[in-house]
Amino acid sequence: MAVASIGGHWIQLLRLRPVFEGQDVVFVSTKASFASMVSNCKFYTIPDGSRKNPINLLLSFKVLFKILRQEKPEAILSTGAAPGLLALLCGKILGKKTIWVDSVANVEKLSMSGILASKFATHVYTQWPDLAQGTIKYAGSVLAKEQKQ
Amino acid sequence: MIFVTTGTQEPFDRLVAFIDQWSQTIDEELIVQATVKEYQPKYIKLTPFIEPEDFNTYFSIARFIIGHAGMGTIISSLVASKVLIVVPRLVAKGEHRNEHQLATARKMNELNYVRVAFTIEELSLLLNKLLTQEAIQPLCKLQPFAENTLISSLRTDLNLN
Repeated sequence: MAVASIGGHWIQLLRLRPVFEGQDVVFVSTKASFASMVSNCKFYTIPDGSRKNPINLLLSFKVLFKILRQEKPEAILSTGAAPGLLALLCGKILGKKTIWVDSVANVEKLSMSGILASKFATHVYTQWPDLAQGTIKYAGSVLAKEQKQ
Repeated sequence: MIFVTTGTQEPFDRLVAFIDQWSQTIDEELIVQATVKEYQPKYIKLTPFIEPEDFNTYFSIARFIIGHAGMGTIISSLVASKVLIVVPRLVAKGEHRNEHQLATARKMNELNYVRVAFTIEELSLLLNKLLTQEAIQPLCKLQPFAENTLISSLRTDLNLN
């Protein structure tokens, strides 16, 4: 299962699509119309939320739990933000493999969600080499430049 | 057509106010996706959210794009080989919750991914320069997906390799 909020998080998740090649993947985001961007895959919408909006986060948590119980994915991957962190937390509770890829926008330090994810997720990635430390891995970024001819 | 996009999370009055005034000095259609907190535009119409399909259309037909320093905007323009000028949102001006757009913009500038205007004055100068050029080229182009090393590492984590 692949989870991301609207905006940059979602666009980065789509750039990781080759990761899921040959697999059944369920996409989850915070905007219903995004289903059109992954039209050949199953898609769920969850409420958006942030630290500023904890009620929505709670709602999000409830919906995510339901989706996870229904879909029974083997692993959960998220590129953020807060709803993605919740998805990993639900996954952790249900004993799933969880992977966090911190947004490429975080160039100076890991995001708050990324720091929290690093406390419990199976794998945590930064997209900047100088932020890799301890269990936080770097293996490249979503910003792959096209090679000049 | 020039497309202005500022993401959907927070208002961006400073940029909207400039675009509103600047619209009177150019002879070109403007599509502006933005919200405001206080500023009331006099000349331009704001669209708060644009559905993905329309967004892609505007992106592909725009001559160039002016945006906030959000990763969605930056990646979309690079993939579409579009010229983009970003103006980072500043916490000091109440435009974002944390200063990561400034850090992102500095890094994008340093690595030559996109053009960056750190202030409205810089944006104005950059636009004047761009508008006098006939063909404007993007600074770089992205592959359709993430780096293979990242994809391969994630597939290993998922026992798919």
